[in-house]
Amino acid sequence: MSHQNLRGWMYSAPSVLMMGLLLFGPLLAVLFISLTDWQLGQDSFSFTGLGNFRALFADAVFLKSLRNTCIYVLLVVSGTVILGLLVAILLESSDGLKGFYRTAHFVPVMAAASAMAVVWGTMLHPTIGLFNRVLHVFGYASISWLRDERTALLSLVVIGIWQGFGYAMVLFISGLKAVPQSLYDAAEVDGADGVVDRLRFVILPMMGPVLMFVVIVTAVRAFSVFDTVRVLTGGGPNYSTDVLLYRLYTESFDYLRTGYGAALTVVFLIIVVVLTLVQAKVMDKRVHYS
Amino acid sequence: MKPLLLGKTGKVVRHVVLVATALFALLPFVWMLSLSVKPAGEIFQADFHLLPSSLAGLDNYRTVFANAPMLRFLLNGVLVCGSIFVLQLLVCIPCAYALAKLRFRGRDTLFSVVLIALLIPPQVLSVPHFILLYYTHLLDSYGALILPWIFSAFGVFLLRQFFRTIPDELIQAAQLDGLSESTIIWRIMIPMSAPAIAAFGIFSVVSHWNDLFWPLIALRHVELATPALGILLFRDDEFGQQFGPLMAATVVIVTPLIVVFLSAQRRFIDGLTIHTMK
Repeated sequence: MSHQNLRGWMYSAPSVLMMGLLLFGPLLAVLFISLTDWQLGQDSFSFTGLGNFRALFADAVFLKSLRNTCIYVLLVVSGTVILGLLVAILLESSDGLKGFYRTAHFVPVMAAASAMAVVWGTMLHPTIGLFNRVLHVFGYASISWLRDERTALLSLVVIGIWQGFGYAMVLFISGLKAVPQSLYDAAEVDGADGVVDRLRFVILPMMGPVLMFVVIVTAVRAFSVFDTVRVLTGGGPNYSTDVLLYRLYTESFDYLRTGYGAALTVVFLIIVVVLTLVQAKVMDKRVHYS
Repeated sequence: MKPLLLGKTGKVVRHVVLVATALFALLPFVWMLSLSVKPAGEIFQADFHLLPSSLAGLDNYRTVFANAPMLRFLLNGVLVCGSIFVLQLLVCIPCAYALAKLRFRGRDTLFSVVLIALLIPPQVLSVPHFILLYYTHLLDSYGALILPWIFSAFGVFLLRQFFRTIPDELIQAAQLDGLSESTIIWRIMIPMSAPAIAAFGIFSVVSHWNDLFWPLIALRHVELATPALGILLFRDDEFGQQFGPLMAATVVIVTPLIVVFLSAQRRFIDGLTIHTMK
């Protein structure tokens, strides 16, 4: 037994060491820094208690970025879930071109977000962009999609949905495959065979846990939105597309307000951890179902 | 097992909807390719054609390769992502083996700590990582891109789950044959977990290949940029308004991963969705 003790810790040593150095050490450092007024590159700092957090929630720019992020998450999650579920159900309902459709919808998921954001930038361009060309065909005036406060965040939402709905589709497909044939048969016996009945009585109830799971995975991804903001809008115009991670990046590495940035980081951390814990709870339940 | 029973009309509706959504998914790629082979004059003209009227636009690609180290970006990506993955395996496999197959005091606590580590989003650690690299004089180097990621809680977790499914009898038989423990890991555990390792590899490589956040913080030198950062530097350099070369550059950056994806779709989809097991 003591021999196994030694070997166990010997094999785990590299992981334990790295986990301390690269994960938990830094995590404690962030919590610590968030309670100080430290600025990157300075030798001295003093404790400010919860001062950074108080300042944060009195900061109009931060509050706006928090609000933007929540709106973004809400819209991206709804769009991704609805589109992903629609595509998954239709895809699985017949064999025609199944493989092609699955591949086509999945390609955006693994294409580099920053490069594709550059492409979306040209599609949304006021003069040569695809969207305004279409508007022109129908006789409408041009829109400066990314420079107009009313459309900038919405444009990012569309890109966010575009990036993620293929991923949701794949998760929904595996959920659909797990629905037992017997349930469809039972529904058939009860005369529930139409599209609406099947959706209402078989598919949606059985997909509950998967649905919840997709919602949370998508929400965590959406809360971490950064690439499109950095590439396309820089948080503008007038902070209308500023989001949590972009603020974190700007405060910490542009303004070097490290203490303040760390407090912001803690807020972001709490949101993601709470969401992931909800997910773990849901997955626990799913295990009990099966 | 079909979710919906579709008649003839239903099947037509299915194709109509799926073609529309697939078009939405592929549109940016079509647009990118189209612009990448057009000269500036054609891009700015009033009416839009998918295909260029001449091949003059292929100059865009020449402009890209003459003005930016595109191949260097891709090689950086391969080098950085490859190193991260190999180091992750070296660090994580022994630990996953111990957690799965050895009985030692503190094992359950260690596993709980790994589960907690899974919760931490990587962006949270950027400031301390930056400071750590600053004091070790590693900022702005390949090391800065690689070192923060050589431990992966997800890797330990996934491999541990997979190792547990390998029967103990197999290991005991190997021990009776006089094989050492490291030989057992190398010759039995690793080959038998190839699917899990492949899935983890795809997950790891794709996420680091596409990451913009960390390279943006850790690098100053253009020559060290990975693809995701390289394309941004190219645009900000002077090609922001030269759409032909800009799109040609994105084609160069995006194509390799898509080609690899198309050649091993199943594995990719499994690899990128495997954290549903979490």
